[in-house]
Amino acid sequence: MSKSDPNAPKRLALIASKGTLDWAYPPFILASAAGAMGWDVGIFFTFYGLPLLKTDLHMQVSPLGNPAMPMKMPFGPEGFQNIVWPMPNILMANVPGFEAMATGLMKQTFKNKGVASIEELRDMCVDLDVKMIGCQMTMDVFGFKKEEFIKECTVGGAAMFLEYAADADVQLFI
Amino acid sequence: MIVHKEAQMTDVIKEDQVLDCSGMLCPMPVVKTSKAMKELQSGQVLKMVATDPGAPPDMEAWSRQTGNELLRSMSEDGKFIFYLKKK
Repeated sequence: MSKSDPNAPKRLALIASKGTLDWAYPPFILASAAGAMGWDVGIFFTFYGLPLLKTDLHMQVSPLGNPAMPMKMPFGPEGFQNIVWPMPNILMANVPGFEAMATGLMKQTFKNKGVASIEELRDMCVDLDVKMIGCQMTMDVFGFKKEEFIKECTVGGAAMFLEYAADADVQLFI
Repeated sequence: MIVHKEAQMTDVIKEDQVLDCSGMLCPMPVVKTSKAMKELQSGQVLKMVATDPGAPPDMEAWSRQTGNELLRSMSEDGKFIFYLKKK
C-alpha cells in the first residue's frame, strides 16, 4: 500500500481509537470529506474504535466524565432548548438509563440540526472507497469475529497501518 | 482567492444540474457535491444550494483540491449558492 507514484492523490491516514457516539463522528466526517476531495483515505480502527466497524452499531455517549458536554433538550420552545441543564455527577452516575437518555438526546439534536448519522457517514465512506482496517490484536483481545464487521473492512496490524501512513500527507490519531 | 459576493451579479451562469443541500451540515454538502459532479461531463456546470454557513470556505477548499472551478459563490436569502464547473 505504499505510494510510489508522485502524481498519486493526497493521502489521509486516521487512527480511530474511541467508540462512543461523540467520538465516532470525527473519523467518519474527515474521511468522507477527504474522499469527496478525491483523496486516498485509510482508517485504522483500534481498541474502543474497533466496534465502529460492526454491522450493527450501538454507540452510546455519557455526560459523566465529559464536563464540557452541554446537556440541552432537542424539543420544546427555543428558550427551553437553549437551557444548559446542570447535571451533578451523583445524578449521572446513579440514575439508571441516564446514558441511554443522553444518547437519545444527542441523536435527536444531531438529526434536528441536519447532521448525518454515523451509519450514513460510514456508508458514504464505503461509497468513496475509504479503506477501513480493523486491528487484529484488538479483535483477539476483546473477542470480536470478522463476521461481526462490515464486509468492506480488512484486518491488519500496526506495521500494515504504519506503511500506509508513512506515505500519507495527513495523519491523525482520534 | 474567491471573493464572496452578494447576489447582484448581472451575468447569468447557466447550470446543467441543480443540487439542493439545504438543511445539511458538514460534511454532507461536500460529499453530495462530489457525488453529483461525477455524473456530469467535463465543462458542465453544477449549481449547489446550501444553508450551512460552513459551506463557502469548504466549497472553496473542495474546488482547489479537486480542480473543479468554482465559477461563483454567493449568498441570497440565507442560502449559499455555488456554481461549479467540472474539469
